[in-house]
Amino acid sequence: MTVIIDYDAGNICSVRNALSRLGCEYVLSADPATIEAADRILLPGVGNAAEAMRSLEAKGLVPVIRGLRKPVLGICVGMQLLCRHCEEGDVDGIGIFDCDVRRFPASADAKVPHMGWNAIGNLDGKLFKGLSGGTYMYFVHSYFAGLCSDTAATCRHGNTLFSASLRYENFYGTQFHPEKSGDAGALVLKNFLGR
Amino acid sequence: MVAKRIIPCLDVKDGAVVKGINFEGLREVGDAVAMGVEYSRQGADELVYLDISASKESRSTFTQLVERIALGIDIPFTVGGGIGSLDDAARLLDSGADKISVNSAAVARPELISEIAGRYGSQFVVCAIDAKCIDGRWTVTTHGGSRPTERELFAWAREVQERGAGEILFTSMDHDGTRAGYACEQYAQMAEFLRIPVIASGGAGSIDDIAEVLTAGRADAALAASIFHYGTIPIPTLKAALRKRGITIR
Repeated sequence: MTVIIDYDAGNICSVRNALSRLGCEYVLSADPATIEAADRILLPGVGNAAEAMRSLEAKGLVPVIRGLRKPVLGICVGMQLLCRHCEEGDVDGIGIFDCDVRRFPASADAKVPHMGWNAIGNLDGKLFKGLSGGTYMYFVHSYFAGLCSDTAATCRHGNTLFSASLRYENFYGTQFHPEKSGDAGALVLKNFLGR
Repeated sequence: MVAKRIIPCLDVKDGAVVKGINFEGLREVGDAVAMGVEYSRQGADELVYLDISASKESRSTFTQLVERIALGIDIPFTVGGGIGSLDDAARLLDSGADKISVNSAAVARPELISEIAGRYGSQFVVCAIDAKCIDGRWTVTTHGGSRPTERELFAWAREVQERGAGEILFTSMDHDGTRAGYACEQYAQMAEFLRIPVIASGGAGSIDDIAEVLTAGRADAALAASIFHYGTIPIPTLKAALRKRGITIR
Protein backbone atom coordinates (compact mmCIF):
# COMPACT_ATOMS: atom_id res chain seq x y z
CA MET A 1 0.00 0.00 0.00
CA THR A 2 1.15 3.52 -0.88
CA VAL A 3 0.49 6.33 1.59
CA ILE A 4 0.60 10.06 0.91
CA ILE A 5 1.31 11.84 4.18
CA ASP A 6 -1.54 14.24 4.80
CA TYR A 7 -0.30 17.16 6.89
CA ASP A 8 -1.82 20.38 5.48
CA ALA A 9 1.21 21.12 3.33
CA GLY A 10 -0.53 23.09 0.63
CA ASN A 11 -1.97 21.73 -2.56
CA ILE A 12 -1.30 18.02 -2.93
CA CYS A 13 -3.90 17.53 -5.64
CA SER A 14 -1.24 17.14 -8.32
CA VAL A 15 0.53 14.28 -6.50
CA ARG A 16 -2.79 12.48 -5.99
CA ASN A 17 -3.73 12.96 -9.64
CA ALA A 18 -0.35 11.65 -10.79
CA LEU A 19 -0.76 8.44 -8.78
CA SER A 20 -4.26 8.04 -10.21
CA ARG A 21 -2.92 8.45 -13.75
CA LEU A 22 -0.36 5.70 -13.04
CA GLY A 23 -3.14 3.46 -11.75
CA CYS A 24 -1.58 3.42 -8.28
CA GLU A 25 -3.97 3.09 -5.38
CA TYR A 26 -3.06 5.20 -2.39
CA VAL A 27 -4.28 6.26 1.02
CA LEU A 28 -4.08 9.81 2.33
CA SER A 29 -3.15 9.66 6.00
CA ALA A 30 -1.59 11.37 9.00
CA ASP A 31 -2.03 8.32 11.20
CA PRO A 32 1.35 6.96 12.43
CA ALA A 33 0.22 3.30 12.35
CA THR A 34 -1.05 3.62 8.75
CA ILE A 35 2.15 5.35 7.65
CA GLU A 36 4.35 2.76 9.38
CA ALA A 37 2.42 -0.08 7.73
CA ALA A 38 2.80 1.36 4.21
CA ASP A 39 5.04 -0.19 1.52
CA ARG A 40 5.81 3.21 0.08
CA ILE A 41 5.40 6.68 1.49
CA LEU A 42 5.17 10.02 -0.28
CA LEU A 43 5.86 13.29 1.53
CA PRO A 44 4.62 16.11 -0.70
CA GLY A 45 4.97 19.77 0.17
CA VAL A 46 4.12 23.14 -1.32
CA GLY A 47 4.56 26.48 0.41
CA ASN A 48 6.49 27.54 3.48
CA ALA A 49 8.99 25.05 4.93
CA ALA A 50 8.72 26.28 8.53
CA GLU A 51 4.92 26.04 8.50
CA ALA A 52 5.09 22.58 6.94
CA MET A 53 7.59 21.45 9.60
CA ARG A 54 5.40 22.80 12.41
CA SER A 55 2.46 20.94 10.93
CA LEU A 56 4.42 17.64 10.89
CA GLU A 57 5.50 18.25 14.50
CA ALA A 58 1.95 19.05 15.61
CA LYS A 59 0.82 15.71 14.21
CA GLY A 60 3.71 13.93 15.94
CA LEU A 61 5.02 12.68 12.59
CA VAL A 62 8.70 13.68 12.78
CA PRO A 63 9.88 10.60 14.76
CA VAL A 64 7.53 8.42 12.70
CA ILE A 65 9.11 9.54 9.42
CA ARG A 66 12.62 9.32 10.83
CA GLY A 67 11.98 5.70 11.79
CA LEU A 68 10.58 4.55 8.43
CA ARG A 69 12.45 1.67 6.74
CA LYS A 70 10.30 1.44 3.59
CA PRO A 71 10.94 3.70 0.56
CA VAL A 72 10.05 7.34 1.26
CA LEU A 73 9.90 10.05 -1.41
CA GLY A 74 9.89 13.72 -0.45
CA ILE A 75 8.83 16.09 -3.21
CA CYS A 76 9.84 19.79 -3.35
CA VAL A 77 9.34 21.18 0.18
CA GLY A 78 8.83 17.55 1.25
CA MET A 79 12.43 16.87 0.21
CA GLN A 80 13.65 20.02 1.93
CA LEU A 81 12.06 18.92 5.22
CA LEU A 82 14.15 15.73 5.08
CA CYS A 83 17.32 17.87 5.19
CA ARG A 84 19.15 19.15 8.31
CA HIS A 85 18.00 22.75 8.31
CA CYS A 86 15.85 25.11 6.21
CA GLU A 87 16.70 28.80 5.97
CA GLU A 88 13.04 29.54 5.18
CA GLY A 89 11.68 30.33 8.65
CA ASP A 90 15.01 29.18 10.18
CA VAL A 91 13.71 25.73 11.05
CA ASP A 92 15.42 22.39 11.73
CA GLY A 93 14.38 19.61 9.38
CA ILE A 94 13.96 15.88 9.94
CA GLY A 95 17.68 15.44 9.38
CA ILE A 96 17.89 12.49 7.01
CA PHE A 97 19.86 14.16 4.22
CA ASP A 98 23.24 15.58 5.08
CA CYS A 99 22.73 19.14 3.83
CA ASP A 100 21.10 22.47 4.54
CA VAL A 101 18.49 24.32 2.48
CA ARG A 102 19.27 27.93 1.60
CA ARG A 103 17.73 30.71 -0.46
CA PHE A 104 18.94 31.31 -4.03
CA PRO A 105 20.96 34.50 -4.35
CA ALA A 106 19.06 37.02 -6.49
CA SER A 107 20.73 37.86 -9.77
CA ALA A 108 19.73 39.32 -13.10
CA ASP A 109 20.18 36.11 -15.07
CA ALA A 110 18.71 33.77 -12.45
CA LYS A 111 15.26 34.85 -11.39
CA VAL A 112 13.87 33.74 -8.01
CA PRO A 113 11.73 31.67 -7.73
CA HIS A 114 13.50 29.21 -9.99
CA MET A 115 10.42 28.35 -12.02
CA GLY A 116 10.11 26.30 -15.16
CA TRP A 117 11.81 23.44 -16.95
CA ASN A 118 15.48 22.84 -16.28
CA ALA A 119 17.88 20.04 -17.17
CA ILE A 120 19.14 17.63 -14.52
CA GLY A 121 22.48 15.81 -14.61
CA ASN A 122 24.77 13.41 -12.73
CA LEU A 123 21.82 11.05 -12.30
CA ASP A 124 22.40 8.35 -9.73
CA GLY A 125 20.27 5.51 -8.46
CA LYS A 126 17.11 3.63 -9.28
CA LEU A 127 14.87 6.71 -9.33
CA PHE A 128 16.46 7.69 -12.65
CA LYS A 129 16.49 4.28 -14.32
CA GLY A 130 15.74 4.78 -18.02
CA LEU A 131 16.58 8.51 -17.96
CA SER A 132 19.77 10.22 -19.07
CA GLY A 133 21.54 13.43 -18.09
CA GLY A 134 20.05 16.49 -19.78
CA THR A 135 16.46 15.43 -19.10
CA TYR A 136 14.23 18.39 -18.29
CA MET A 137 12.13 18.49 -15.14
CA TYR A 138 9.69 21.09 -13.81
CA PHE A 139 10.83 23.19 -10.83
CA VAL A 140 9.12 25.85 -8.69
CA HIS A 141 11.18 26.89 -5.65
CA SER A 142 13.13 29.74 -4.04
CA TYR A 143 15.24 27.60 -1.68
CA PHE A 144 17.68 24.87 -2.63
CA ALA A 145 19.55 21.96 -1.05
CA GLY A 146 23.28 22.25 -1.64
CA LEU A 147 25.48 19.48 -2.99
CA CYS A 148 26.43 16.78 -0.51
CA SER A 149 27.28 13.09 -0.31
CA ASP A 150 23.53 12.28 -0.68
CA THR A 151 23.13 14.19 -3.97
CA ALA A 152 21.51 11.89 -6.56
CA ALA A 153 21.01 14.45 -9.35
CA THR A 154 22.16 18.02 -9.92
CA CYS A 155 20.73 21.11 -11.58
CA ARG A 156 22.09 24.59 -12.27
CA HIS A 157 20.26 27.88 -11.74
CA GLY A 158 22.42 30.87 -12.61
CA ASN A 159 25.74 30.22 -10.85
CA THR A 160 24.24 27.87 -8.28
CA LEU A 161 24.68 24.14 -8.70
CA PHE A 162 22.24 22.39 -6.36
CA SER A 163 20.73 19.00 -5.55
CA ALA A 164 17.83 18.22 -7.89
CA SER A 165 17.53 14.92 -6.03
CA LEU A 166 18.84 13.40 -2.80
CA ARG A 167 19.09 9.81 -1.63
CA TYR A 168 20.07 8.22 1.67
CA GLU A 169 19.29 4.54 2.30
CA ASN A 170 15.50 4.19 1.85
CA PHE A 171 14.91 7.97 1.64
CA TYR A 172 14.57 9.73 -1.71
CA GLY A 173 13.88 13.34 -2.54
CA THR A 174 13.23 15.38 -5.66
CA GLN A 175 13.36 19.17 -5.70
CA PHE A 176 11.50 19.09 -9.02
CA HIS A 177 7.89 18.05 -9.37
CA PRO A 178 7.83 14.63 -11.05
CA GLU A 179 4.02 14.81 -11.08
CA LYS A 180 4.22 17.88 -13.35
CA SER A 181 7.20 16.85 -15.48
CA GLY A 182 5.49 14.99 -18.30
CA ASP A 183 6.69 11.52 -19.32
CA ALA A 184 10.11 11.91 -17.70
CA GLY A 185 8.54 12.77 -14.36
CA ALA A 186 6.08 9.90 -14.66
CA LEU A 187 9.04 7.55 -15.13
CA VAL A 188 10.64 8.81 -11.89
CA LEU A 189 7.38 8.11 -10.04
CA LYS A 190 7.10 4.67 -11.64
CA ASN A 191 10.67 3.88 -10.62
CA PHE A 192 9.89 4.90 -7.06
CA LEU A 193 6.66 2.93 -6.99
CA GLY A 194 8.39 -0.08 -8.55
CA ARG A 195 5.94 -0.32 -11.43
CA MET B 1 19.46 27.23 -17.38
CA VAL B 2 15.68 27.48 -17.39
CA ALA B 3 14.27 26.62 -20.81
CA LYS B 4 12.12 29.05 -22.77
CA ARG B 5 8.54 27.81 -22.71
CA ILE B 6 6.06 27.16 -25.49
CA ILE B 7 2.50 27.58 -24.26
CA PRO B 8 -0.65 26.79 -26.23
CA CYS B 9 -3.60 28.83 -25.01
CA LEU B 10 -7.05 27.30 -25.01
CA ASP B 11 -10.09 29.56 -24.77
CA VAL B 12 -12.91 27.60 -23.19
CA LYS B 13 -16.63 28.26 -23.47
CA ASP B 14 -19.10 25.86 -21.88
CA GLY B 15 -16.43 23.20 -21.61
CA ALA B 16 -15.25 23.33 -25.23
CA VAL B 17 -12.19 25.01 -26.70
CA VAL B 18 -12.84 27.96 -28.98
CA LYS B 19 -10.52 30.58 -30.47
CA GLY B 20 -11.51 34.15 -31.05
CA ILE B 21 -9.90 36.20 -33.76
CA ASN B 22 -9.46 39.60 -32.10
CA PHE B 23 -11.90 38.17 -29.56
CA GLU B 24 -14.75 38.10 -32.08
CA GLY B 25 -16.32 35.36 -34.17
CA LEU B 26 -15.74 32.48 -31.80
CA ARG B 27 -15.23 29.09 -33.38
CA GLU B 28 -15.39 25.78 -31.58
CA VAL B 29 -12.31 23.65 -32.15
CA GLY B 30 -12.27 20.80 -29.67
CA ASP B 31 -12.49 19.06 -26.29
CA ALA B 32 -10.46 20.89 -23.65
CA VAL B 33 -9.01 17.87 -21.85
CA ALA B 34 -8.24 15.86 -25.00
CA MET B 35 -6.50 18.86 -26.55
CA GLY B 36 -4.45 19.41 -23.39
CA VAL B 37 -3.33 15.78 -23.34
CA GLU B 38 -2.40 15.99 -27.01
CA TYR B 39 -0.41 19.21 -26.52
CA SER B 40 1.41 17.68 -23.57
CA ARG B 41 2.29 14.66 -25.69
CA GLN B 42 3.58 16.93 -28.47
CA GLY B 43 5.91 18.73 -26.05
CA ALA B 44 4.03 21.83 -24.87
CA ASP B 45 5.75 23.10 -21.72
CA GLU B 46 2.67 24.48 -20.08
CA LEU B 47 -0.97 25.20 -20.92
CA VAL B 48 -3.22 28.17 -20.34
CA TYR B 49 -6.99 27.70 -20.18
CA LEU B 50 -9.09 30.84 -20.29
CA ASP B 51 -12.76 30.68 -19.41
CA ILE B 52 -14.45 33.14 -21.73
CA SER B 53 -18.00 32.26 -20.63
CA ALA B 54 -19.98 35.08 -19.12
CA SER B 55 -22.60 33.41 -16.94
CA LYS B 56 -22.44 32.28 -13.34
CA GLU B 57 -23.63 28.77 -14.27
CA SER B 58 -20.71 28.29 -16.63
CA ARG B 59 -18.32 29.03 -13.72
CA SER B 60 -19.15 25.71 -12.08
CA THR B 61 -18.89 23.95 -15.45
CA PHE B 62 -15.40 25.44 -15.76
CA THR B 63 -14.42 24.38 -12.23
CA GLN B 64 -15.42 20.81 -13.04
CA LEU B 65 -13.44 21.04 -16.24
CA VAL B 66 -10.37 22.21 -14.30
CA GLU B 67 -10.66 19.08 -12.13
CA ARG B 68 -10.71 16.90 -15.24
CA ILE B 69 -7.75 18.77 -16.75
CA ALA B 70 -5.74 18.36 -13.52
CA LEU B 71 -6.40 14.64 -13.55
CA GLY B 72 -5.68 14.28 -17.26
CA ILE B 73 -2.48 16.22 -17.88
CA ASP B 74 1.01 15.94 -16.39
CA ILE B 75 2.43 19.39 -17.14
CA PRO B 76 1.68 22.68 -15.36
CA PHE B 77 -1.37 24.67 -16.35
CA THR B 78 -2.77 28.11 -15.65
CA VAL B 79 -6.46 28.96 -15.58
CA GLY B 80 -7.99 32.38 -16.01
CA GLY B 81 -11.13 34.25 -16.88
CA GLY B 82 -13.45 36.01 -14.47
CA ILE B 83 -11.31 35.54 -11.36
CA GLY B 84 -12.38 38.38 -9.09
CA SER B 85 -11.76 37.25 -5.53
CA LEU B 86 -9.60 35.20 -3.22
CA ASP B 87 -12.47 32.68 -3.11
CA ASP B 88 -12.37 32.24 -6.88
CA ALA B 89 -8.64 31.58 -6.67
CA ALA B 90 -9.09 29.12 -3.79
CA ARG B 91 -11.77 27.21 -5.70
CA LEU B 92 -9.46 26.78 -8.72
CA LEU B 93 -6.49 25.82 -6.53
CA ASP B 94 -8.63 23.14 -4.89
CA SER B 95 -9.63 21.91 -8.34
CA GLY B 96 -5.98 21.35 -9.19
CA ALA B 97 -4.87 24.46 -11.10
CA ASP B 98 -1.13 25.16 -10.79
CA LYS B 99 -1.55 28.89 -11.39
CA ILE B 100 -4.39 31.33 -11.87
CA SER B 101 -4.37 34.41 -14.03
CA VAL B 102 -6.12 37.63 -13.08
CA ASN B 103 -6.85 40.46 -15.47
CA SER B 104 -9.75 42.96 -15.38
CA ALA B 105 -10.48 42.43 -11.68
CA ALA B 106 -6.88 43.29 -10.82
CA VAL B 107 -7.06 46.47 -12.90
CA ALA B 108 -10.20 47.45 -10.97
CA ARG B 109 -8.77 46.42 -7.59
CA PRO B 110 -4.98 45.86 -7.62
CA GLU B 111 -5.03 44.57 -4.00
CA LEU B 112 -6.43 41.34 -5.43
CA ILE B 113 -2.92 40.44 -6.64
CA SER B 114 -1.38 40.98 -3.19
CA GLU B 115 -4.19 39.05 -1.52
CA ILE B 116 -3.82 35.94 -3.69
CA ALA B 117 -0.01 36.07 -3.71
CA GLY B 118 0.05 36.58 0.07
CA ARG B 119 -2.15 33.57 0.64
CA TYR B 120 -0.90 31.10 -1.97
CA GLY B 121 2.48 32.46 -3.05
CA SER B 122 3.65 34.47 -6.05
CA GLN B 123 4.23 31.33 -8.10
CA PHE B 124 0.44 30.84 -8.15
CA VAL B 125 -0.38 34.29 -9.57
CA VAL B 126 -0.06 35.26 -13.21
CA CYS B 127 -1.21 38.77 -14.06
CA ALA B 128 -2.59 39.03 -17.59
CA ILE B 129 -2.39 42.47 -19.17
CA ASP B 130 -4.19 43.41 -22.39
CA ALA B 131 -2.95 46.65 -23.89
CA LYS B 132 -2.92 48.59 -27.12
CA CYS B 133 -1.23 51.67 -28.44
CA ILE B 134 -3.60 54.65 -28.40
CA ASP B 135 -2.18 57.95 -29.69
CA GLY B 136 1.35 56.74 -29.04
CA ARG B 137 0.64 55.63 -25.47
CA TRP B 138 0.51 51.94 -24.52
CA THR B 139 -2.82 51.79 -22.72
CA VAL B 140 -4.12 48.94 -20.57
CA THR B 141 -7.54 47.74 -21.70
CA THR B 142 -10.15 45.44 -20.16
CA HIS B 143 -13.07 43.38 -21.39
CA GLY B 144 -11.27 41.80 -24.30
CA GLY B 145 -9.62 45.04 -25.38
CA SER B 146 -12.87 46.96 -25.73
CA ARG B 147 -12.41 49.29 -22.73
CA PRO B 148 -9.32 51.48 -22.45
CA THR B 149 -8.33 52.36 -18.88
CA GLU B 150 -6.28 55.18 -17.39
CA ARG B 151 -3.36 52.84 -16.80
CA GLU B 152 -0.19 52.86 -18.83
CA LEU B 153 1.28 49.45 -19.72
CA PHE B 154 4.78 49.76 -18.26
CA ALA B 155 3.72 51.48 -15.05
CA TRP B 156 1.07 48.80 -14.54
CA ALA B 157 3.54 45.98 -15.22
CA ARG B 158 5.85 47.45 -12.57
CA GLU B 159 3.01 47.76 -10.06
CA VAL B 160 1.85 44.20 -10.72
CA GLN B 161 5.36 42.91 -9.98
CA GLU B 162 5.56 44.96 -6.78
CA ARG B 163 2.22 43.58 -5.64
CA GLY B 164 3.56 40.05 -5.83
CA ALA B 165 2.53 38.61 -9.19
CA GLY B 166 4.82 35.75 -10.16
CA GLU B 167 4.53 36.24 -13.91
CA ILE B 168 3.11 38.66 -16.44
CA LEU B 169 1.18 37.54 -19.50
CA PHE B 170 1.09 40.57 -21.78
CA THR B 171 -1.13 40.50 -24.87
CA SER B 172 -0.85 43.28 -27.39
CA MET B 173 -4.36 43.82 -28.69
CA ASP B 174 -2.86 45.50 -31.75
CA HIS B 175 -1.05 42.28 -32.64
CA ASP B 176 -3.50 39.64 -31.39
CA GLY B 177 -5.10 37.66 -34.19
CA THR B 178 -2.97 39.25 -36.92
CA ARG B 179 -0.38 36.46 -37.21
CA ALA B 180 2.09 39.19 -38.14
CA GLY B 181 4.45 38.83 -35.17
CA TYR B 182 4.53 39.78 -31.49
CA ALA B 183 4.98 43.29 -30.06
CA CYS B 184 8.72 42.62 -29.68
CA GLU B 185 9.81 46.14 -28.79
CA GLN B 186 7.39 46.32 -25.89
CA TYR B 187 8.53 42.96 -24.49
CA ALA B 188 12.18 44.02 -24.73
CA GLN B 189 11.31 47.25 -22.92
CA MET B 190 9.58 45.27 -20.13
CA ALA B 191 12.58 42.98 -19.72
CA GLU B 192 14.64 46.05 -18.82
CA PHE B 193 12.91 46.53 -15.49
CA LEU B 194 11.01 43.30 -14.66
CA ARG B 195 12.50 40.58 -12.47
CA ILE B 196 9.57 38.20 -12.99
CA PRO B 197 9.06 36.12 -16.15
CA VAL B 198 7.05 37.52 -19.03
CA ILE B 199 4.87 35.42 -21.32
CA ALA B 200 4.44 36.93 -24.78
CA SER B 201 1.01 36.64 -26.36
CA GLY B 202 -0.65 37.95 -29.49
CA GLY B 203 0.54 37.86 -33.06
CA ALA B 204 2.29 34.51 -33.55
CA GLY B 205 2.18 33.57 -37.20
CA SER B 206 5.47 31.82 -37.88
CA ILE B 207 8.48 30.14 -36.30
CA ASP B 208 10.44 33.36 -36.96
CA ASP B 209 7.93 35.38 -34.91
CA ILE B 210 8.35 33.06 -31.93
CA ALA B 211 12.14 32.96 -32.23
CA GLU B 212 12.24 36.75 -32.38
CA VAL B 213 10.14 37.36 -29.27
CA LEU B 214 12.23 34.84 -27.29
CA THR B 215 15.52 36.44 -28.36
CA ALA B 216 15.20 40.12 -29.32
CA GLY B 217 12.00 40.43 -27.26
CA ARG B 218 13.68 38.66 -24.29
CA ALA B 219 10.39 36.97 -23.36
CA ASP B 220 10.58 33.89 -21.13
CA ALA B 221 7.74 32.12 -22.87
CA ALA B 222 5.70 32.37 -26.04
CA LEU B 223 1.99 31.76 -26.00
CA ALA B 224 -0.12 31.11 -29.07
CA ALA B 225 -3.45 29.60 -29.95
CA SER B 226 -4.58 29.37 -33.54
CA ILE B 227 -1.23 28.36 -35.08
CA PHE B 228 -1.29 25.34 -32.77
CA HIS B 229 -5.02 24.56 -32.87
CA TYR B 230 -5.16 24.53 -36.65
CA GLY B 231 -1.85 22.71 -36.97
CA THR B 232 -0.15 25.56 -38.87
CA ILE B 233 2.99 24.99 -36.80
CA PRO B 234 3.22 21.62 -35.05
CA ILE B 235 4.94 21.98 -31.65
CA PRO B 236 7.68 19.37 -32.33
CA THR B 237 8.62 21.20 -35.56
CA LEU B 238 8.66 24.54 -33.75
CA LYS B 239 10.78 23.28 -30.87
CA ALA B 240 13.30 21.61 -33.17
CA ALA B 241 13.65 24.84 -35.18
CA LEU B 242 14.12 26.97 -32.04
CA ARG B 243 16.72 24.54 -30.67
CA LYS B 244 18.58 24.76 -33.97
CA ARG B 245 18.79 28.52 -33.50
CA GLY B 246 20.52 28.05 -30.16
CA ILE B 247 17.51 28.84 -27.98
CA THR B 248 17.31 26.74 -24.78
CA ILE B 249 14.26 24.56 -25.28
CA ARG B 250 13.15 21.43 -23.45
